[in-house]
Amino acid sequence: MSSTLPESEASLEVVPLRHWGRLTGAVVTLVGVAMLGHTIFSKIPSRTGQVVCHTVNATKSCHAVVEWRFSWNTVGSYLFDPLVMNGLWLTLQITFWAMLIGITLGLVVAMMRLSHNRLMTGISWFYTWFFRGTPVYIQILFWFAISYLYPTLSIGVPFGTLTFLHINSVTLFTPLIAGITALGLNEAAYFSEIARAGLISVDEGQIEAATSIGMTPSQTMRMVILPQAMRVIIPPTGNEVISMLKTTSLVASIGVIELTGAVDEISASNFKTVPLLLVACVWYLLCTTILSVGQFYVERYYARGSLRTQPPTPIQRLRGDLRGLGARLRRTPPAVTR
Amino acid sequence: MSDHMVEARGVTKAYGALQVLKGLDLVVRKGEVTCLIGPSGSGKSTFLRCINHLEQHDSGVLRVDGELVGYELRNNKLYERSPKQICQQRANIGMVFQRFNLFQHLNVLENITIGQEKVKGVSEAAAQSRARELLARVGLESKEKSYPVQLSGGQQQRVAIARALAMEPKLMLFDEPTSALDPELVGEVLDVMRDLARSGMTMIVVTHEMGFAREVANSVYFLDQGVIEESGEPNQVLGNPRTERLRSFLSKVL
Repeated sequence: MSSTLPESEASLEVVPLRHWGRLTGAVVTLVGVAMLGHTIFSKIPSRTGQVVCHTVNATKSCHAVVEWRFSWNTVGSYLFDPLVMNGLWLTLQITFWAMLIGITLGLVVAMMRLSHNRLMTGISWFYTWFFRGTPVYIQILFWFAISYLYPTLSIGVPFGTLTFLHINSVTLFTPLIAGITALGLNEAAYFSEIARAGLISVDEGQIEAATSIGMTPSQTMRMVILPQAMRVIIPPTGNEVISMLKTTSLVASIGVIELTGAVDEISASNFKTVPLLLVACVWYLLCTTILSVGQFYVERYYARGSLRTQPPTPIQRLRGDLRGLGARLRRTPPAVTR
Repeated sequence: MSDHMVEARGVTKAYGALQVLKGLDLVVRKGEVTCLIGPSGSGKSTFLRCINHLEQHDSGVLRVDGELVGYELRNNKLYERSPKQICQQRANIGMVFQRFNLFQHLNVLENITIGQEKVKGVSEAAAQSRARELLARVGLESKEKSYPVQLSGGQQQRVAIARALAMEPKLMLFDEPTSALDPELVGEVLDVMRDLARSGMTMIVVTHEMGFAREVANSVYFLDQGVIEESGEPNQVLGNPRTERLRSFLSKVL
């Protein structure tokens, strides 16, 4: 049996398939999100049991004072507290220095791992094994307690008695330095694996081509291998920076007043623990958001030459979506552009 | 002063137990084009890579323009050269690869200037003007801002040739330059190579393009299992093979 077709097939109307399952899922999710938003910004009777009473026309009516469930007003009043601001600045500094140590040392460890020298590969393997295999929290405590093992550090002849320089461990390894050292050395172990993956992802032909035009191994590494390895290295490194930003909160345990340490200290005196934790969360979230945006553009820069056409930025995509939506509302099919 | 650009005497090379080159003798005169043909695994690519020391040969003598490759002769001993000296030797020998191997993170112009600037110390302006000259020569003057992924295989290979020529080499090595190309793109690369041969460049070409070998080469060497089975003028080697091995090889590739 065949249905009859109208004269002009080009004028047939296209009826899009309705995705009912997808629509139901969207509605359920939307309700969930609305509920979540509602409770986060809901008000409850004052936790202190405060009551206000009015007397209108000789009848007294009382009702409980309400406040934000999440104490947003308290959050707001401590958001720019000087102690919090100083803590935030210290958190950013610790993140920076720990990542700098981690990336520099990690790159060295990765190159050692890829070297032809068995001793080098062995040492680098051991390094990663040790620092990745023990909790970073314990490593922080360990560096803080280093003066127990080495009360003084000195530079001199290996295995000899002659020394040139003595430093008291306690004065060198302040809580801040101990924290940065621990986080940096730990990060180096993780970053070395990221760097190694990046370095071995570069096609061997690239190395041969660089060699054939007379580049030295060091030039080949700097100008040909590393720039191409970056494409693979950047995304997980962005992850590591974001992770590091939050892991710095562990150094609060050895008395560094960074962001978490600062809110801890404030709440220890006023017992507004939850609002102050929220203060810290707001700042951590803001920083990680900025880092994510930065990561997107760095990735884009290093992806040049790996794709025929670059994917659009979120802003370009949003503009495209809006244009498509506008066209749909005007009941004209959007222009097909590729 | 000898007119030999490349001189190989008894060159051997093994990978572990596998003897890839079993004593090769070969002479390439200045300005000549030499084609190496043979089945895969015969050692032609390995030999080519020994000439610019991408691989180190095990024994025998290999000279490029009178200089020993990778070694220095002093007091009747062969001293291994330092990596820096080897790099300087390599800079005088251009190489074109089967898989092009253009630097993926650099655009076409940067691919051609990087060696001039970083290895030879040429100024950026001079390097760019030479790069543009070479791009015009290979017919790609409009592509200098493109990245390798945006080019066809044939275009990439022409850029790779320009990159090698930018170093002003005295010898060009081609390792199966057209084997990875779609058939309709082979011609454009062979045209550039033909043009280069006509300009007097000394070239050693590992190839399966018998037509090119017959037309351009001054001599053809047939390698099989690490040994040179036959050599001579292209018409004689390709047109009148003496050994059964070469006859059966030619019947397969032609």
